[in-house]
Formats: sequence, C-alpha cells, structure tokens
Amino acid sequence: MLQAHRLECIRGERLLFRDLDFALNPGELLRVEGPNGSGKTSLLRMLCGLLSPASGTLQWQGADIRQLGETYRAALTYVGHQNALKADLSGVENLQLGEALAGVTITREAAREALTRLGLAIAADLPTRLLSQGQCRRVALARLMFRARCPLWVLDEPFVALDTAVVPEIAALLSAHVRTGGMVVYTTHQDVPIEAGERRSLRLGGVQ
Amino acid sequence: MNRAGIESTVPPSTAAQEASLAAAFVAVVRRDLLLAMRRRADVLTTLVFFVIVVSLFPLGIGPELNTLRTIGPGVLWVAALLAAMLALNRLFAADYADGTLEQMVLTPQPLSVLVLGKVAALWLTTGLPLVVMAPLLGLQYALPAEALYTLVIALALGTPALGLIGAVGAALTLGARGPGVLVSLLVLPLYVPVLIFGAGAVDAVMSGLDAGGHLSLLGALLLVSLVVAPLASAAALRIALD
Repeated sequence: MLQAHRLECIRGERLLFRDLDFALNPGELLRVEGPNGSGKTSLLRMLCGLLSPASGTLQWQGADIRQLGETYRAALTYVGHQNALKADLSGVENLQLGEALAGVTITREAAREALTRLGLAIAADLPTRLLSQGQCRRVALARLMFRARCPLWVLDEPFVALDTAVVPEIAALLSAHVRTGGMVVYTTHQDVPIEAGERRSLRLGGVQ
Repeated sequence: MNRAGIESTVPPSTAAQEASLAAAFVAVVRRDLLLAMRRRADVLTTLVFFVIVVSLFPLGIGPELNTLRTIGPGVLWVAALLAAMLALNRLFAADYADGTLEQMVLTPQPLSVLVLGKVAALWLTTGLPLVVMAPLLGLQYALPAEALYTLVIALALGTPALGLIGAVGAALTLGARGPGVLVSLLVLPLYVPVLIFGAGAVDAVMSGLDAGGHLSLLGALLLVSLVVAPLASAAALRIALD
C-alpha cells in the first residue's frame, strides 16, 4: 500500500500543492488531474523518489520510501513524460537493454511479441530515431508488459501522442494490472475509459 | 563488487545479490559499448584528437632529439588528459537528455554500480585506444623502449582514474548551462596528481631511476577513485534529477 501524508511540493519559488494526503491500495487505479503546471508530473516524480517533497512523507507498506531504497524501486515501474529510448537502438534492443538494467533478461522474441501487440511489428528493428512520436511512445509503453512483477505503476501521460487504435490496448494493460492486485497512478488529459474495480481521482491545482 | 554494499541499504550482501550486481554491471557495459558501436564517429573523435595533438608537437618544435625526448612524456600525458576530458561530455549528458538516466536511477540496482559500468565502457572505448596508441606515438619523441613500456603501464593505471574522477565532474555539472567549461574547471585540478605521477614515472625511467614509486602512487590514485568516484557520482546524479 502506498500512503502519502501531508505532501508539499515547491518548485523554484512556487508552491504547487500542500497538505496532500492519499492512500492507494492493491487493485486501485488513481488518476491525477489538474491543469498544466499544477504539479502532476512533480507528484509522480515524488512518488518514484526522484524528487524529494518539501515536507511530508511517502510510505510504502508502512515504511518510508527513502529508507526502502532498492526494495521500493524493485516494486515500481515509471513511464515518464520522456520515453527513455536510445535513438540509435531499435525498439527490440531498447526493450531488451532496458529490462537487463532492471535485472531481468528477456528474449528477442518476447520483445518483438510485445511490440507486435502494440502494432509495431514492422518498426521493431528500426532505430527508434526513425519512428514517429506516437510509435516511440508505444515502445516506451511496451515495457509495461514485462513489469507485471512490479505492483506499482506510475505513468505520466501514457496516452499522449497515441492513435485511437492503441489507446484501448494500453487501457486494457492497465485494467489487467489493477485486476491482478496491482496499483496504477497516472495522469492524462484524455478521457480514456479504463475498467477497474476501484477508480479514484485526485485533483491538483487548489493552491494559487 | 563488495564496494556496492556501501551504498545499498539492504543487509549483508549474499551471493545472489552479488551475482545481480555483477549482472547489472555487465548490462551497463554492454549497453554503452553497443551505443558506442552505433556512434563510432564520437568514439574516434577522442583518439583522433590525441593523435593529432601528440603528432603536431614534433613538427612545431623541430627534429632536436634531446628536446623531444625531454618534452615527450609530458606532451603525451597532457594530450591524454585533454582527450579524456573531451570524452566526458558524452558520459551522462545523452542519457540525461533522453530520460534513460531517470530509468537507471529507478532500477533496483545501486546507482554506483551502474556508474562504474558506464565509466568502464567509456574507458574501453576512449581510454584503452590511447593506451594502445601511446607507444607508437612515443616513437616520434625518440623515447627509449623501457620508457615506452613504463608509459603504457602508467597510462593503463592513469586513464581509468581520469575517467572515474571525470565522472564526478560530469555528474555534478549535469543540467548546467555550458557544462563543458564547468567540467574543465572542476576536474582539471583533480587531474593534476595523475599528470604529475604519470609523466614522472616515464621521466624517472629515462633518468635511469626506478619508476616503482610513481607507479604505486598512480595505482593508489586509481584505487581511491575506484571506491569514491562511483558513490560521489551517484549522489550527484540524484541531485541533478531532483
């Protein structure tokens, strides 16, 4: 379970949010909403431990995420607003190397299959610098198919740049993860229906 | 691989954990070598720079053998040092720009091990070629065989230390504007001991002295930077991403 207690975020001189409390239990889907610049990305980066909150605590299974360190990172998957792809490597290579860094070996076939499922069969072996933005986003999201072992998914605008054909596929991935006891925190400006037992939302932008 | 245990918050390292650390190290090295293979021009830049600088001096100074012999070790070392600094710009900047660095920070492996892997790959692609080329270029300075031999050993000990020390500078200046100049200012003072003992070792041999002392000090510098630099770089990278 992920628990946030009185989180406060200050970027530069600006206060983005304060006294933010929420808890996320297994099987829950949390959508973070708010206008541009309201601190959605900052909140997600905070959940990953990339950003330290100005005050407040974040706890995973009752322990502070900073203290948990590697244990927490092993439970976490983050797809940021950057795709984290190497432009000189193909989609398959990007997936393989990315997972190898996370400590898991996946075969070329498995990587190719994941990309095929997202409609990238032909582009799987091209350097990602030749792919369109939407195709790159798909490669980045294909990573999720190998991350069922991580209970917590933190996704920053997963649907951005995707065409309407792939959006349901990604939505299905998220709802499958939640159904099997996972937790998903995501931001989006699109209204994408995601089937989940417990759907919650958090609205930022209250502080002026 | 025990070094990584310092950073990890997990209690005593078991055999399985050490195996996963080794796997992470190998994964990073392989990744960066593959990337270097795809961008050969970048890798060659360092080597070409080294060769050009070292080859220009004899042309500018003239064929006075005694002068060349005196300045040879120093020129070779200064060129190696500048070449090492040239390579630093690429160490973290690209990964930072495309977001892969963020993903590296979020892997369950200690970041210091991944940094060590990146520096190892950098040395293999930019440091090792210098070590191999150095004796060939040393011939232009009429350096005797035993001096060339010492030069190779000194460079083999010194260039990894340059990479490790430079990694701290590269990590600290990540995200700053005009990182190139800043890195030089930060890193050059720390490079000076390596330069002094490296060139000193070759000089000693040429004056008929034993280079053992200089080489041991170089080795010590390498060991210290091997322990300290990955931890310091990892801490700096976390700050850069905050």
